Amino acid sequence: MPPLPLIGLNAMQDTGPAPQRALTPFQFSVQSSNLAAREALHRVLDGLSPLALEAEEVSTVELVLAEVLNNIVEHAYPDPAVPGPIHLACRHDVDGLHLQVRDAGLPMPDGQAPLGLAKTVETDVSDLPEGGFGWFLIRDLAKDLTYIRVGQENRLDLRLAVAIGR
Amino acid sequence: MEVSAKTEDRFCVVSVLHERIDAAAALEFKEAMRQTTADAPDVVILDLHRVDFIDSSGLGAIVATMKHLTPQRALVLAGLTPAVEKVFKLTRMDSVFSVFGTLDAALTAHRA
Repeated sequence: MPPLPLIGLNAMQDTGPAPQRALTPFQFSVQSSNLAAREALHRVLDGLSPLALEAEEVSTVELVLAEVLNNIVEHAYPDPAVPGPIHLACRHDVDGLHLQVRDAGLPMPDGQAPLGLAKTVETDVSDLPEGGFGWFLIRDLAKDLTYIRVGQENRLDLRLAVAIGR
Repeated sequence: MEVSAKTEDRFCVVSVLHERIDAAAALEFKEAMRQTTADAPDVVILDLHRVDFIDSSGLGAIVATMKHLTPQRALVLAGLTPAVEKVFKLTRMDSVFSVFGTLDAALTAHRA
């Protein structure tokens, strides 16, 4: 995959060098496994260190990415004996952190990312949900989320409103 | 999943010694909690002050633990770090559990 282009602050500003961003875009791949999410999170947070994110921002990045990656490991590559690649690309812009996650596993149900509706917690303890929070958390914390199936590949793009205006 | 347990008359404190309760650790956590609380008194205080990350699988495992203890015993949470508290707040699970900011506060309340 070619490197992602740096997007200028102002589309009209077509002279001079592109504005310097604090973060050089980066990308990498991991193989799906039960420890893939930890490995990928470690690499992303390491890669984001030039941004000096606040702890609250780090927790947003870590939580959203963990849910996205867990879903891929569990649902896109459901058979641990048949793992596959997970590609992650990350760039920073004035409106936050742009992440793209790609995998070559099974498509999302009905070709769409789940709505992730909030779970009811006003219920008897015995009826409390133990799962289904993942997409709710992703949708709650991520902006501009899009999912497309391109050939044999799932492509999820999202933005996290962290390190804004830098 | 390493946990340590201390039992007093009316409650026991289970401290999670691992930094993460994530998808890779959720099953182990549930199993450790089942074993550790098998003979627990009425109240189990789950001390999470060393845990700096949970995901939805970790949250689910904590909910499952509470359901396992109910109705004979109650699960109380103590020492939530900011990232852990955030997951409870976003999913509104903070309204389901008794939550104490620190282990000391939970101990004081349950010794009274």
